[in-house]
Order: sequence, then C-alpha cells, then structure tokens
Amino acid sequence: MPVSVIKDFIEKSRLKSPWLVHFDCGSCNGCDIEVLACLTPLYDVERFGILNIGNPKHADMLLVTGTVNHRNKKVLKNLYDQMPHPKVVLALGACGTSGGVFREAYNVVGGVDKVIPVDVYVPGCAVKPEAIIDGVVTALGRLAEKRAEASASAKE
Amino acid sequence: MAKMTLPFGPQHPVLPEPIHLSLTVEDEIVTQAIPALGYVHRGLEKLVDIRDFNQMVQIVERVCGICSKIHAMCYVQGLEELMKVDVPPRAKYLRVMWSELHRIHSHLLWLGLFADAFGMESLFMQCWRIREKIMDINEATTGARVIVSVNVVGGLRCDVDDTQTRWILSELDEVEREVRRLESTFVNDYTIKKRTCGIGVLSAEKALELGAAGPTLRGSGVAQDMRQLKYAAFDSIDFEPVTALDGDSYSRMKVRYYETLQSIDLVRQAIAKMPDGDIAVKVKGRPEGEILSRVEQPRGELFYYIKGNGTKYLDRVRIRTPTFANIPPLAAMLPGIELADVPIVVLSIDPCISCTER
Repeated sequence: MPVSVIKDFIEKSRLKSPWLVHFDCGSCNGCDIEVLACLTPLYDVERFGILNIGNPKHADMLLVTGTVNHRNKKVLKNLYDQMPHPKVVLALGACGTSGGVFREAYNVVGGVDKVIPVDVYVPGCAVKPEAIIDGVVTALGRLAEKRAEASASAKE
Repeated sequence: MAKMTLPFGPQHPVLPEPIHLSLTVEDEIVTQAIPALGYVHRGLEKLVDIRDFNQMVQIVERVCGICSKIHAMCYVQGLEELMKVDVPPRAKYLRVMWSELHRIHSHLLWLGLFADAFGMESLFMQCWRIREKIMDINEATTGARVIVSVNVVGGLRCDVDDTQTRWILSELDEVEREVRRLESTFVNDYTIKKRTCGIGVLSAEKALELGAAGPTLRGSGVAQDMRQLKYAAFDSIDFEPVTALDGDSYSRMKVRYYETLQSIDLVRQAIAKMPDGDIAVKVKGRPEGEILSRVEQPRGELFYYIKGNGTKYLDRVRIRTPTFANIPPLAAMLPGIELADVPIVVLSIDPCISCTER
C-alpha cells in the first residue's frame, strides 16, 4: 500500500475519532462530572469513536472546565504545548468561557482564552452532556479546517 | 532500599481533581505523606464584598458541583436563623427530599469511581447508569441536572406536584432495586475485599482525635451525623446513622453503600410526610449578628459561619468543608501501606477538592 493512502486513512480516522484530554482548571466539579457522565452508558460517546485519554501527547482535543487561576495557568499552558498539531481547545461551562460567577474573585485570572487560544465555547452552568457532545462535534469541523491549513502550508 | 520521595498528583488517573501528595517510600511502603493544596482555589468567600446576601446563595452553590444543594441549604438555614424567618413546613420537607437525592447521586458517583480505582470498569459503568435516574429527577423537578439552585433565603424557588412525586417514587423503586443488585458485589466480592479490607485503617480514637467527619468517621464506628441535629424536617423523620466498625477502606465503602439505600428511604419518608402549603415566605430586613450553621453533606459535616452587619452585604462567610477535616486523617492512614494501595486509600475519604479550596 502506498504511503499516501495510509496517510489519508490516518487523517480520515483522526477526524472521525477524536481523542480527548480533560483538564480540571479550577472548576466546581459540576462540569467535570458531566464530562464523566458523557462516557457512561446513557450518553456513551465511545460509540461515536470519541475517546477520553489521560495523555496530552495522544490527544486531538483539550476539554477545559473551570476558571484559570494563578497556580494552574502554567500547568494548562504546558498541557496545551504538549499536544501535537493540529489541536483544538474547548472551553466548557460559564467559568471556562468567561470566568462565570467567579470572574471577580481575587485568585481568578478569567476564562481559558486568557491563557491559550480557544476554538469552541460551550455555555452552561453546569454544562449539559448534550451540549458537550455538540461542542465536540463542532470542534471536529475546526479540526478539519486546521488540518487542511496545515497540509496547504506544507505543500508550499 | 534508601528512602525516596514520590509525587502523587496533581494530575492522577484516579483523581478527577488536582491534589498533590508528596509520598516518602521505603521499599514500596509509604512512610510519610504530605498533602499540598491550592490548585483550584478561587477565593469565593471574598465575593461577599461585592455580592449581596441573596446573590451569595448562587455563589455558595458553586463551591461544589456535586453537593450544591446542600451548600446552599446550609447557607440559607444560617441566614434564616439569623433573620428569624419561619420557613413554611413544606419547604423543609422539600429541602430534605432534594438534599437526600443529592446524597444518593453523590454516593453512587463515588461508588463508581471507587470501583474504577480497583479496576472494575463495568461496575463503574453500572453505578453511573443507575445515577442517571437521579439526575433525571433533578432535571425534571428543578430544571438543572447538577447545580439545581432551588434554595432562596426564606424558602424554595420551585415546588413539586403530585404527578411528579408519584413519578419520583416509582423511579426510586427502580433505583433501589438496581442498587440492591450491586450489594453482593460491593459487600461480598472476593476481589473487592482483598483490595480494601485492612487497608488504610483509622481507629475510632484516632478519627475523633484528628477530627474526621462523615463516612470517614462513621466507618470507624462513631455514630455521629449532623442530621441528628434535626435541621430542616429531620425532627420528624426516622433516622439512624449508618456505621461500620473496622475503620478500613472496606468499612468506609460499606457505610456509603448502605447510606445510599438509607437516603432512598429518607426521600420516601419526606414525600410521605410532606404537608401542603406555601414554599417560601417574604424576607424583610437585613442580616445582623453572627451565626453558625451545620448540615451533613455526603462527605461529612459542612460548617458555615456567617456574620452580617445590618447592610445587604455580609461581613464574612467562612466555609469549612468535610474534605478539609478529612485530610489529616488521610495523612495518618497512609503510612505503612503499599504504594499500589495509595489511590484506594485517597479515594476512600471521598476527596472533594473544589469544596476544600473554595
């Protein structure tokens, strides 16, 4: 089999079966348990090929819940830098998108986009499992765009 | 072998939340454990300066997403006592109903995570599948799955009607049947006993000395539960704390398992004894003076100190959560166990870091 066919196959599977890494960035647990609920029998996202893994170096998508604070912003940046290109970031919940009710608290930097670029914002407090799945499907479109951009710039 | 220091966390597969333990090990045996916190600190107690006492209900609910209802209940009960508000009896029974529903979903969530920690993934899935029924009840009665936001100072925001209570009771029958089917696995399974019996032992004296709370304390044989204080409608509901005697991880798991069944019974009692009537009264005036409020959270005793100064902004809200109380007992349980058992012992106190760090 020629290398290009294998490459196409891998690229297609990456767009059909995204691997996620989830990071709790100072959340109240509400969004975290909803992310976990997505994996369990009622929602079961694994049947769509969406896989939750612990290693950022294997992941295509980063799901961030909660506000960024001064202690964990470096951890978040580090996690983002370890992921291979192309990658997309989802900010989950009111806190992840803007800081939510905690935006004026003294130890809160703000939403996730203060530290790393965010592609998809998923609203809700706490964010519902249906909204998370919808956000991941939206993010797949962004992943395809980023992949096309990357291969276009590689050809030049 | 020489002494070695190993980091456990802040990112660890068994922990949904970041906590760091610095473990000193000698030949796979832990000799010392030093916890480090601060990864999810937000500083929400300070928000009393810019949010008035009614808005703070929504802030304190977001201390913890798993037991949000109970945090809000503790806060509004304190304020109601301070402002001498008489809450209608129906509201008290409804508060018991929702707080016990929260306890059921929190314990099922924990039983699932604990099963995952000793490698039983399908048991994890079963617990979470049963839990979704409780989440459906929350969503149908309040409009939200996790942060239900039903409490306001002076009562409740929404009511349930007869069709809903009948449906809740039939759903609970199903939940009870399914939870009982897990009994033979959780209580009698050889593998689970092998992994949890005699691991992370905390004696009753030590538990009291270090100030353990909730199932961690009751797992050591001390029958202490804040619901014995008869807050809300607990004065007319039959209730006996669940205890186990051995003080190991298995006992703590057994306490939580039987508390799940007990909470199902408490919801039934609350629904059966619920009177008709209003669910809220209008609150006049501003809080002045100081008050302590205590309730039982799924993880143990929750404690609020509230100080008002006669304006709409409070002077101080101090929150002491059960996981904070359970960290010194955890540091006492860890020395002497094998490194491979550390995740099980850490999970056995049901750590909730977002509560602890607020």
